[in-house]
Amino acid sequence: MADVRYTKDHEYVRIEGDEGVVGVSDYAQKQLGDVVFAEPPAVGRKLKAGEAAAVVESVKAASDVFAPVSGEVVAINSDVDSSPGIINEDPLGRGWLFRIKLENRDDLSMLMDEAAYADYLKTLD
Amino acid sequence: MGADALSKTPLHALHVALGARMAPFAGYDMPINYPAGVLAEHLHTRKEAGLFDVSHMGQAVIEGPDHATLAAFLERLCPADILNLAQGRQRYTQFLNERAGIIDDLMIARPPGADGALRLVVNAARKAVDFALLAERLPKAMRLTPLADAALIALQGPRAADTLVRLAPREGLETMPFMSAKPARVAGVETFVSRSGYTGEDGYEASLPAGQAETFVQAILSQPGVAPVGLGARDSLRLEAGLCLYGHDIDETTDPVEAGLSWSIQKRRRIEGGFPGAERIAYALANGPARLRVGIRPDGRAPAREGAEIVVPAGGKIGAVTSGGFGPSVGAPIAMGYVERSYAGMGTTMNLLVRGKLLGARVVPLPFFPHHYYRG
Repeated sequence: MADVRYTKDHEYVRIEGDEGVVGVSDYAQKQLGDVVFAEPPAVGRKLKAGEAAAVVESVKAASDVFAPVSGEVVAINSDVDSSPGIINEDPLGRGWLFRIKLENRDDLSMLMDEAAYADYLKTLD
Repeated sequence: MGADALSKTPLHALHVALGARMAPFAGYDMPINYPAGVLAEHLHTRKEAGLFDVSHMGQAVIEGPDHATLAAFLERLCPADILNLAQGRQRYTQFLNERAGIIDDLMIARPPGADGALRLVVNAARKAVDFALLAERLPKAMRLTPLADAALIALQGPRAADTLVRLAPREGLETMPFMSAKPARVAGVETFVSRSGYTGEDGYEASLPAGQAETFVQAILSQPGVAPVGLGARDSLRLEAGLCLYGHDIDETTDPVEAGLSWSIQKRRRIEGGFPGAERIAYALANGPARLRVGIRPDGRAPAREGAEIVVPAGGKIGAVTSGGFGPSVGAPIAMGYVERSYAGMGTTMNLLVRGKLLGARVVPLPFFPHHYYRG
């Protein structure tokens, strides 16, 4: 079972060794509606947890994606540029946004695991 | 504002039952999209038929002793030729302030046979302002009746005509030309129908009693090819059609000439004037406006939203985006905004400031997507 953590803003980070794969949760993609544009951060950019890192836009509005953890961007998903709809179809799989090298594993303790996130979603209308 | 303070249209319960995502708009709890989503609803309207609840809009009947007297009154508020509005025809116009700024934009319809009665449809967010403006100036011999208890339903798209005709086979709806209007019995309900809309597609808007709105809408939704469409797709459809959204592309600080709405000021009014801001309009028509609303096509895939600054290397800021987003039928980002006139020529290149970055863009013709009106 993959180790996936979530923020209150509905980003996820899936832990793979000392790296994390970041995207938006299934709840977030449903809230956004049809994604028509996504802009991941530049490779090499150093992000602080909570910093605006990427942008995801639906027909109607633009939304910031905040870095769930601190670290350096080591890869981005170029497929979201040509096919932004994959963020709706498969947000935790093909619709990932960027890969980050974890700077401090303690950041993870600030995030929710699957069960905690599911409980959190129940508190939202 | 809490949900309790919001008004509801007569179709509110149906929207909820259809699984709509509801949100506040102009004081109403309105459907933004249904489970199909904005993109699918937009494309469906272009390909088949989309049903829109626009009952939040303001409807009113204004009556006077005869058409000429009534027209003379309205012509003191708006620059359209109302006097020569034929029976069974509808016209688009604007209420103007003394600086020719747009207080609201609206439709005025003259029912067949009417000599002293007109129907108005105004924007939801402006109806209180509009009706107060009319009431304040209304001569004793005239009467304004807001139709607070009427629903307004739009059916838009290439299958709109066939669909309504199936529900009203003997009303002659199929041969109504664009911007004509008349009473018609549709699906057993007495309605007032105009051939018009806000999507660029062929279609109709029907005014009917609130109590029969759900029956009427259910009858239409049960027809093949009809899907409910929310305000999200209504906005992307009108943007592709190059149509203005009040409070965004036009407001009290923009006049109809710079907004590209000169076509709605008929020749007689240009010559005679007699409406608020007539001198400013005459000057702008003669000399060209200082700025113009234009269509803008960003180069890449990133949409430029309302408020994005429009800049050029030589001149700094030359304007701002007033509506912008992604055009599902265009398949690319599109925007409208005002630029200084010298930059309004087709193909002029410029930059849009989006999230601190400059994106290339160019001026393109409006509409972004061709209109498909039925001209008869």
